[in-house]
Amino acid sequence: MTLAELPLGQPGRIISIAGATSARRRLLELGLLPQTEVRVVHVAPLGDPLSLRVRNGTLSIRRAEAHHISVVRVEPT
Amino acid sequence: MNILLVGNPNVGKTSIYNCLTGARARVGNYPGVTVERRYAKLERQVGKETVWVQLTDAPGTYSLVARSAEEQIVIDAILGWGGQEVPHVIIAVVNAAQLNRNLYLVLQLLELRVPVVVALNMMDDAAGQSPTAEQLQEMLGVPCVATNGQTGGGTQQLLDAAIEVARAQKVQLPRLLAHYSKELLSHVDRVAAALPASVPQTVEHKRALALWALMSLEHGDELQHIPEELRLVVSQVRSDYLTTTGPSGEPTDLDLEIVQARYHAIDERLKNYFIGDAHVVTVADRVDRFVLHPFSGGVTFLVAMLVVFQAMFAWADPAISLIEDLVTWLQDSASSLLPPSLLTDLFVQGVLGGVGNVIVFLPQILLLFLLIGLLEDSGYMARVAYLMDRTMKTMGLHGRAFVPLLSGFACAIPAIMATRTLENRRDRLLTMLVVPLMTCSARLPIYSLIIAALFPVQEGSWLPTQGLLLIGMYAFSVVMSLFSAWVLSRTVVRAARMPLILELPPYRLPRLGPTLTMMQARAWSFLREAGTVILAATILLWALLSFPRTEPVATSQDHAGYAAAPPLEDSYGGQIGKAIEPVMRPLGFDWKINTAIIGAFAAREVFVSTLGLIFGMEDLDDDATALRDKIRSERLPNGQPRYTPLMGLSLMVFFALACQCMSTLAVVKRETNSYRWPSFLFVYMTSLAYICSLTIYQLGSALGY
Repeated sequence: MTLAELPLGQPGRIISIAGATSARRRLLELGLLPQTEVRVVHVAPLGDPLSLRVRNGTLSIRRAEAHHISVVRVEPT
Repeated sequence: MNILLVGNPNVGKTSIYNCLTGARARVGNYPGVTVERRYAKLERQVGKETVWVQLTDAPGTYSLVARSAEEQIVIDAILGWGGQEVPHVIIAVVNAAQLNRNLYLVLQLLELRVPVVVALNMMDDAAGQSPTAEQLQEMLGVPCVATNGQTGGGTQQLLDAAIEVARAQKVQLPRLLAHYSKELLSHVDRVAAALPASVPQTVEHKRALALWALMSLEHGDELQHIPEELRLVVSQVRSDYLTTTGPSGEPTDLDLEIVQARYHAIDERLKNYFIGDAHVVTVADRVDRFVLHPFSGGVTFLVAMLVVFQAMFAWADPAISLIEDLVTWLQDSASSLLPPSLLTDLFVQGVLGGVGNVIVFLPQILLLFLLIGLLEDSGYMARVAYLMDRTMKTMGLHGRAFVPLLSGFACAIPAIMATRTLENRRDRLLTMLVVPLMTCSARLPIYSLIIAALFPVQEGSWLPTQGLLLIGMYAFSVVMSLFSAWVLSRTVVRAARMPLILELPPYRLPRLGPTLTMMQARAWSFLREAGTVILAATILLWALLSFPRTEPVATSQDHAGYAAAPPLEDSYGGQIGKAIEPVMRPLGFDWKINTAIIGAFAAREVFVSTLGLIFGMEDLDDDATALRDKIRSERLPNGQPRYTPLMGLSLMVFFALACQCMSTLAVVKRETNSYRWPSFLFVYMTSLAYICSLTIYQLGSALGY
């Protein structure tokens, strides 16, 4: 599934990031890398943007960007 | 010595800067871009010596990698490109709450082997999970000082540590290094070999620059001063790389491999810290659940925006009236004290009037920046951008454009200056071009006059036409603003589809000190830059309406022996008004209206007083209602009213859309650092006004109104 579809609060792990070079590069440099754990902590009222918890920090990205990031659920151990 | 302050956005870098510089901060521009450059000179006692430091605050950035002239600013400043001085030491600010991400930038600095001192900010907030400054120093191999940007703690020690590193001139040996594969390094070295000879020739530095080039240079980027040979090699290496696959057999690419190597090194160092973070719900999260909630958040938002709106409209009023009264008093005093002459007129109406026109904006500018400063500092502004982003995006605007647009309802000048909160140049420009279409308060007197004169309340009619008309004009301006934003964002100011990457900073109590400092800096830069243009424009318009001088009026003793101002009809302004009549007639305007429109270029309210002068009013305050009546009773030769309601509508639409504010153009010029954009603004708005007025008048006439 994509990050846009990851349910609120559900931990996930990034598989890959698609998209145009410059947008993708920015996301990578912010720490959204394959094998990185990510969690959606908030969604704005109209569904956009999304607030994420990643690498011990918080940041928000647009839903359109989130569509480029594929993730899998992480089941709590 | 030169010290540069770098760091991610929202780490508290600016607080540290403010703590160190206080009121000595100055605001300038980086060459070629419209990002403001903050710097200050300070002195510090080191032993028996006094050291002079120039501290520059670079724009916040996540990485040195750049794709545009603006993104290039930080690396330019670090390496002294573009004719800047090379800093003697760089202070990198990191925030304990975002350490993993912040260290990515620090790592790039370490790779470049530039002298660095790290400020670990807000360590206390991290609840013991963060490494201490000593531990971080051990990890990185460069000096680390713990700081608290809010209280100022540690900032002096930080400065001392930086000065020490700058003076020692010793090469630091960084301990945080990314491990790149041999294959990658062979590609990197090819690029390194193509770097210009002016670059420092150490292997590590060149490799770091080559990495930068590999990630930044691309066909269609807007970087400056990049040698063509370098571009060619980068392009070649990138396409060679594409044929490689990664260690696990999956397709990899250059960007990914480089970034992964870097974060791997960082993660490795930090793996013993921040345990169990993934499940920590912070205080900010809890507040955000309320503030960003569709209902409670919406209410909070409305209240906040209402406060801003009300403040801009009402709270600044007493100060504005005070200034206006003061200027009028000065003008009256001056004309009674000075002998009647041309110079007196120039001074009283041109200079004093012009200065008055400038200073009258100060209350609103100060108030708006106070409010914005408080909103930003508390962290709420980021939430506003977050909430409004979706809506604004459909029009091609950025979420952060909301507050500037809203304040355009009061006055476009502070609103345009407020677009500085938008980091991206295109977003800023687009917002600046659209803000003047919002109904500013200067348009109100004109609407009032026209509505009262030409749309009188009908006897026995229950429909509040006057109120509805006014609301209609406001609604019209909002629609046109959004429409223009939509069109402009697809044509002239094509907003690069930049991903919104927004951090919601933690909430905190806004501090008055730094906000006031910022307010004062902005007010000064307004006075210095826009003020001179506004003053010049006022004098020019005074001249247009006061020349050519006519023969002295024999009957009045006051004017004995000096050429009097001509009746407005005969002034140059009036002549222009008559000359453009053929162009303006299809809109329903005659020369009197035209001349008043010309006068309105100094400030829109001047339309009313100019019209008053044309109709022979001496003192408009007493005759305010009389002007209304005079307009209404003007007749054409055939007895028909000269000014009809339709013409009134056409005139209001013209005023709603035309760019008639010299002050707006002056501020846009100052903010964009060029004449191109104010010219464009003027042309597109006035054309829009002309077309709409024309359509309304002609259509209305055809329909028999």
